[in-house]
Amino acid sequence: MSKFKNKKQGDLPAISTASLPDIVFMLLFFFMVATVMRDSSLMIENVLPTADQVEKLKKDRTTFIYAGKPSESFKRFGTEPRIQINDVFVGIEDIQPAVLQAQADLTEELQSKIVVGLKVDKRTNAGLVSDIKQELREANTLKVMYIVNAATQQ
Amino acid sequence: MAKRAAPEVNAGSMADIAFLLLIFFLVTTTIEKDKGILRSLPPIDETNAEPPIIKEKNLFTVLINRNNQLLVEEDEMKLKDLRQAAIEFLDNGGGTNAEGERCDYCKGKRDPSSSDHPDKAIISMKHDRETSYEKYIEVQNELVAAYNYLREREAKRLYGKYYPNEDKVFEAMLAEKEKNQFKKDEVLNERIETIKKLFPMKLSEAEPDKS
Repeated sequence: MSKFKNKKQGDLPAISTASLPDIVFMLLFFFMVATVMRDSSLMIENVLPTADQVEKLKKDRTTFIYAGKPSESFKRFGTEPRIQINDVFVGIEDIQPAVLQAQADLTEELQSKIVVGLKVDKRTNAGLVSDIKQELREANTLKVMYIVNAATQQ
Repeated sequence: MAKRAAPEVNAGSMADIAFLLLIFFLVTTTIEKDKGILRSLPPIDETNAEPPIIKEKNLFTVLINRNNQLLVEEDEMKLKDLRQAAIEFLDNGGGTNAEGERCDYCKGKRDPSSSDHPDKAIISMKHDRETSYEKYIEVQNELVAAYNYLREREAKRLYGKYYPNEDKVFEAMLAEKEKNQFKKDEVLNERIETIKKLFPMKLSEAEPDKS
């Protein structure tokens, strides 16, 4: 009896870990491909409003404009809501050149389809947003998307 | 000289290195999930053309004041009632459109004092400079929802038979268009346009008063 037992215990084969690197590499490549590095760090508070009638954003043709109160570490810019494009605070008069620049950077077939994504903090006054929209109208980039947190549809 | 076999490199730590990289990318990854309400702004009109005269009954005015209160058609209203009110207004079909056709797909009350035809019905929205953006988006959302509800209803009526398993026919059509964006499906595009034409989105926004 004991003879059998001993033999069996000794025979337990070790699980081969040779394929572990392959599996890990597979995961690694997936995340490398799926990763999008943040291209601008936010200097404003940015709590988006909520809505349920949403459409997906087409990333290839979108440029973003942020607006909101300067966040905790940027208190020196005051407490009034500010506009941020890329990495800097801009005035209302800088929107047009920035948007036109973004439009020029797109590929030719997408230039006419440019969408401006507005990521605006929900505690901002709507007046600031209509100022931005007026500038966008003057720049003739007429498609805007109000970026929101998507609520589940009822 | 005799050729020596190259010593084998120990690959045992390969997994560790890969894990390190993997964890780095796991931590830095943000899967983008931006969604939003897509709207078109009106182009700037430089020809000083007379604005067309719009009958009061074809206009559905929504005002938001600085305290985020809603005034709809001269009455105060709660946000939750706005969607239904907008649907009733758009779907009324009390008269005829510019071509003199009656709205035969409208299911509204046919109230002669409300909108004539979805073609003519215009929702006009105006807000104060100090309205909060949150409220503004909520109102936009409700108004867009009214259009989506009516378009969904028409899509179900006209094309529901092609999508027997779908709950939301219009959404399914749009999703299909999205999926086939590289090969044009003329029939599908035409159907979507038909639906959009039945209830064209005429949502105008007045500029807030400068105070």
